[in-house]
Amino acid sequence: MYLTREEERILDGELGEGTQKAIELLVAIGDAYDAEKMIPISRAHAASSGQEGDLYFVELLANGGARCKVPTSTNPVYDIEYFDRLFEVPKDEGEVARRVMEAYKRVGAILSWSCVPYMAENIPLYGETVAFSESSATPYVNSVIGARTNREAAQSALAAGVIGKTPNYGLHITANRKGTVLVKAEATLKDEFDYTLLGYYVGKQIRYGIPVLTGMSRRPSTEEFINFCAMSNTSGAVSMFYMPGFTVEASTVEEAFQGDTPGDKITVTDHELEQAYEELQTTSGKIDFVMLGCPHYTLKQIEDVARLLRGRKIHDDVAFWVCTSATAKILAERIGYVDIIEKAGGHVVVDTCIDEPCWIVYKDKVGMTDSPKCAYYRRFKEAIVARLKDCVDAAVKGEWEVKV
Amino acid sequence: MGSESLKIMLRCHKIIGGCGEGEALVSHEPICFYLTDPKTGIVRETTHELVGKNLANKVLVFPSGKASSVVQIDGLFKLASNNVAPQAMIVKDVETVLVVSAFIAKVPLVDKLEKDPFQIIHTGDFVKVNAEKGIVTITRHEV
Repeated sequence: MYLTREEERILDGELGEGTQKAIELLVAIGDAYDAEKMIPISRAHAASSGQEGDLYFVELLANGGARCKVPTSTNPVYDIEYFDRLFEVPKDEGEVARRVMEAYKRVGAILSWSCVPYMAENIPLYGETVAFSESSATPYVNSVIGARTNREAAQSALAAGVIGKTPNYGLHITANRKGTVLVKAEATLKDEFDYTLLGYYVGKQIRYGIPVLTGMSRRPSTEEFINFCAMSNTSGAVSMFYMPGFTVEASTVEEAFQGDTPGDKITVTDHELEQAYEELQTTSGKIDFVMLGCPHYTLKQIEDVARLLRGRKIHDDVAFWVCTSATAKILAERIGYVDIIEKAGGHVVVDTCIDEPCWIVYKDKVGMTDSPKCAYYRRFKEAIVARLKDCVDAAVKGEWEVKV
Repeated sequence: MGSESLKIMLRCHKIIGGCGEGEALVSHEPICFYLTDPKTGIVRETTHELVGKNLANKVLVFPSGKASSVVQIDGLFKLASNNVAPQAMIVKDVETVLVVSAFIAKVPLVDKLEKDPFQIIHTGDFVKVNAEKGIVTITRHEV
């Protein structure tokens, strides 16, 4: 890969060890993809996670004096003081989380601790070149917004944020943004959960690629897009997709395939979505918890929870959690949604994610969620996946009966 | 009538530098490092062709990585922290997450061997990977 004089100096360590390590990683990625050169980015999102591999790299950069050159937001970790008051988190795990959060502060990141930074804290514009890791963020930014990012890891995104550049490869190149498979959606897509199932099914079917979806009878909502992104990029590796007419980059199917005829085609009917749903009904009966907000709930989704819980009481044996960002929670508090949820016996928690060691107390418990991504991490004995309304009803009742 | 050894030298493409050598372990299936025992390096993924085999100090030959970035990177990092990571890795289809994994675990990583590694390298061969020079040397003892 060609390096400018300035990039060479960074690689030689003239600007400190932190930036040297960051550019070494970017050069390795550039070499892997035979990139010709680096290109500037305007922002990044590092999918920080409070795990040891994450800690190693962010401390390497922070201790070496590196600072983010462009706005770089962070993914959920967890507030150890908050969780220590509620239940025992293993000391060593808590220490990793504390050090990760402190190191991201030292590198000058935007401490959003949110997995949907494109909603508030770090929003790319159409056509921007960025480096966004995190399963929902990568496809959302590429497809719904029309900025350009590769499927980054936390470390490659952080390195790009520190250098302000990324190797020019993959989805930064127009020819690689071509649709690879046509998905005819004949299923009734009436709500957010249907888009969750659609994403789950499409990711599983195509595994890797750029699907071009047709058949949507109306514009998907923000939350429907978020769910489709998160699930298709968890059950498969879908860094980008098209819904011509509703996503920004191609207005027709032909344009999405860059003039080529689609090779593979799949059709998704109600039957496939019902099957996907049934697959997720792993058990029934008494539940110990309900976990919502994977990805982080938006203000609108917190409102939905408050509406469903107003005047009701969550069963004494059920812990009820809504994960969201600090920015969404401030508004939800101000408007009064948080109060309604807390009066019913639920919690609205910020800065964390269901895939963090702070939830170890539920390791052997059975619960419910509206997110197959949440269930996929296997941090619980069982996590049944169902619609939000069903999760809330089950939380009040204390048990779940499969509805087919 | 002794044993004869066959030595093959192949050019490769460096991704993560360094040198590593050891017994080859060939996997035809993608690998997720998170699904290995972090203390020993033994593959725990019950449906994987390498289940029960040990990655520790081997030269690992495999088609690609798999699984989410967080678990993959953390998985290889934990193996390296416990000194049971592979000595070097020869891969066919590389992607960003695998590069990051090898970078933070400091495991030499190469691709684009001039011949198909799955044809040339067998489990048990002695393999030297010199990523810096872009050379893989395979030694096989044939009886």
